[in-house]
Amino acid sequence: MGLLRRPKGARVRLDLARWQFAFTTINHFFFIPITIGLAFLTALLQTAWHRNHQDEYLRLTRFFGTLLVINVAIGVVTGIVQEFEFGMNWGAYSRLVGNIFGAPLAMEGLAAFFLESTFLGLWLFGWDKLSRRVHLLCIWLVSFGSALSAAFIMAANSWMQHPVGYVMVKGKPVLNDIWAVFTNPVFVWGYSKVLVVSLTTGAAVMLAVSAWQLRHGGDRPVFTKSARLALIVLVPAILFTLLIGDELGVIEGRYQPMKIAAAEAQWTTCQPCSFSLFQIGGGNNDQTPTQIIEVPHLLSLLATNSWNGKVVGLNPLQQQYSKQFGSGYYVPNVFIQYWSMRAMAYLGALVLLISLWGLWLIRRGKLATSRVFLWVAVWAVVLPFVMNTAGWLLTESGRQPWIVQGIMLTKNGISPTVSTPWLWISIIAFVALYGTLGTVDFLLMLKYSRKELPPPRAEADADVPVPAVQY
Amino acid sequence: MGNLIPFWFIVIAVLWTGFFVLEGFDFGVGMLHSFVGRDDVDRRAAINTIGPLWDGNEVWLIVAGASMFAAFPGWYATMFSGLYLAMVLLLISLIIRGVAFEYRGKRDASQWRRTWDVALTVGSLLAPFVIGVALGDLLHGLPINSSQNYTGSFWELFQPYAVYTGVTLVLICLLHGATFMSLKTTGSMRERSGRLARQVAPITAAAVIGFAIWTHVSSTGTFFLRPLELLAILAVLAAVWLVYERRDGFAFAATAVTMASCIVSIFVGLYPNVMVSSTNPAYSLTVDNTASEPYSLHAMTVVVIIFLPIVLVYQCWTYYVFRRRISREQFAAPDAAAAPAPSVPPPSVPAQPLPAREGPSNATSGTPPPARSRWMRGGRHGRKL
Repeated sequence: MGLLRRPKGARVRLDLARWQFAFTTINHFFFIPITIGLAFLTALLQTAWHRNHQDEYLRLTRFFGTLLVINVAIGVVTGIVQEFEFGMNWGAYSRLVGNIFGAPLAMEGLAAFFLESTFLGLWLFGWDKLSRRVHLLCIWLVSFGSALSAAFIMAANSWMQHPVGYVMVKGKPVLNDIWAVFTNPVFVWGYSKVLVVSLTTGAAVMLAVSAWQLRHGGDRPVFTKSARLALIVLVPAILFTLLIGDELGVIEGRYQPMKIAAAEAQWTTCQPCSFSLFQIGGGNNDQTPTQIIEVPHLLSLLATNSWNGKVVGLNPLQQQYSKQFGSGYYVPNVFIQYWSMRAMAYLGALVLLISLWGLWLIRRGKLATSRVFLWVAVWAVVLPFVMNTAGWLLTESGRQPWIVQGIMLTKNGISPTVSTPWLWISIIAFVALYGTLGTVDFLLMLKYSRKELPPPRAEADADVPVPAVQY
Repeated sequence: MGNLIPFWFIVIAVLWTGFFVLEGFDFGVGMLHSFVGRDDVDRRAAINTIGPLWDGNEVWLIVAGASMFAAFPGWYATMFSGLYLAMVLLLISLIIRGVAFEYRGKRDASQWRRTWDVALTVGSLLAPFVIGVALGDLLHGLPINSSQNYTGSFWELFQPYAVYTGVTLVLICLLHGATFMSLKTTGSMRERSGRLARQVAPITAAAVIGFAIWTHVSSTGTFFLRPLELLAILAVLAAVWLVYERRDGFAFAATAVTMASCIVSIFVGLYPNVMVSSTNPAYSLTVDNTASEPYSLHAMTVVVIIFLPIVLVYQCWTYYVFRRRISREQFAAPDAAAAPAPSVPPPSVPAQPLPAREGPSNATSGTPPPARSRWMRGGRHGRKL
């Protein structure tokens, strides 16, 4: 696709459309991993209640279920914005690839989102109307629906990273193999990563809330149980996040070499390649930053899974792309790539260390009394969110300048007739609205995290239906 | 499989219709909850009539949008980018309304709750209005150039037919919501819902008749109304009659048919166009020049044929689970979530005549009229007008 000469206004509109999409997506993905993770954990708690009839599991289910619902509300409404934005801001893109990219989105609604939303209503309001078994099934269907929903979205997203299952007909990609879209290696690993990241986030939230309660005189035996559950989920989840993230890096490096080369600010080809822990300077205009503490062979290992693997540098890649796709600048923002990669990896490692510390305390039977750990666990809740955001920046910014790798440039994807004032109005509206609602959501989460547990039920009431949750 | 393009046009029409029939009464309840509810307890009860349902209903919109994206990318791209600011307005109203449900009850402060009440009312009013304007624009035509892009301004969206479509849809939602609340509440709330329905019904009927005629005139050249337009008129007249007869269940069914026939008549009027160009009829977007390739349609057809019936089954089941009327008393406790809700069905004692005129005592009365089963129709026992 050749480079068209664009008037200056187009540059502004492109930037505004990108900022808007980045802003709304990052916000959306604050709520999604909490929903997927907490839905699963709440389902586990309710299953525990269902199996052993211990009252504290019921109380925990309702406590964390409330936190779940506060997030689902805003996750759902910010999701509608995402769906509309493709048509609103990225009309040319939608027109070109709708027959491929749209299909998983439509399937998501039909197969997953209906399921999640309908059964969430049944779960919330059905406590006293459904049998316990059916009611338990409802929360599992919510959990399943939210995870399945992410699968379709990730299939669509992975197609932008590594398009598969299509043929080019008159310059337009046309789907010819839907299975290829759902067996795309980028999808398989990317989706696995979203699942474990969501569990990490949900477990970190549950751990933080339990830790705060334990520090502030909450019901000790009960919140010790939820803290233990959170840690038992958190340790494998963060471990797999790191392992799957590594494999995903190798796979993306294969299909999007620019992304990985930029993540290491590797301008020239190297073999074997070392990994710098930090650097001073750097970016697209500084090809010789000062790299601090270089770990030999580590980049080769991360990017290729082999001790002496070769990583092609940005300059040779730029030459190759110019030859292949016509003249242009094909290097993503190196500063973002380099630092988001490190933020993600370092914070991930930190979460792993904290969770292992917690596990060790469980073994020693000191989880509920170690005030230092509890303090750290409360504040550690910030880490997964920063980690997730950095991960998405790495993935999406690393795809630039492509909107679909190798098929369409981002600048060619915007809606041709959407004007700059319209974009400004929408950005201001979304920032104001998301800012307000995000704050409200955060304050409500704080308020409900600090609430007392719902009261235990008297022996005599044990067989009476649990009251429904109501608005 | 043959040509799937008409099938997908039907699927999209069905999804929009399903959305309006289901979410239509949610919008109506959202707009009316402050009028039906004299105090906070009433308003909570009103909101809880749709509490378990609205989220699942709204998914119809999301699926309708995504299906347009997948099956008619050109339609989706032109409509959503052309109606840009209208879409922003729609998103804002859906957002404030969606969180209002969830956040309203999360703090026990009257200022907080009133704020979310306003958000819920405004969101529920704007959303159907904007979608109505958009659907009216599709049919009536917008400035669209030869490369399928909208070339007009924001204000050009508000042409008379489009605005009238928006107003009509809002009015149908109002009546639909009022009949839904008469069906789902008890006592004084039910009485007030019925009275609102009787006030709105004649206006809605006039609007729908006008809409059917205008739609007919703008999409065909024939004199006689088509069966759908006739159905819309008959259904809305039946709704008026049933509302005055206090047959809650049938009145709700009639408003549902009114809504469905109005939405379907827009889509029937459109076909085979999907967006009419007022610049040059040759530039109009049609099902053929905006559709996806056959393979994509084929793949999605398999999915929709499997999943849409399943969705219908579990959504119907949801309506069955939450079939009981909701009474104010369930929410009278300061924190209803903590107080056990009555788990026994409301006693189906023969209904007493409702008070002739609702007195001020009723809103705070300690002994409201007993709740009745939904199957007992008010018309038999209720007071005559």
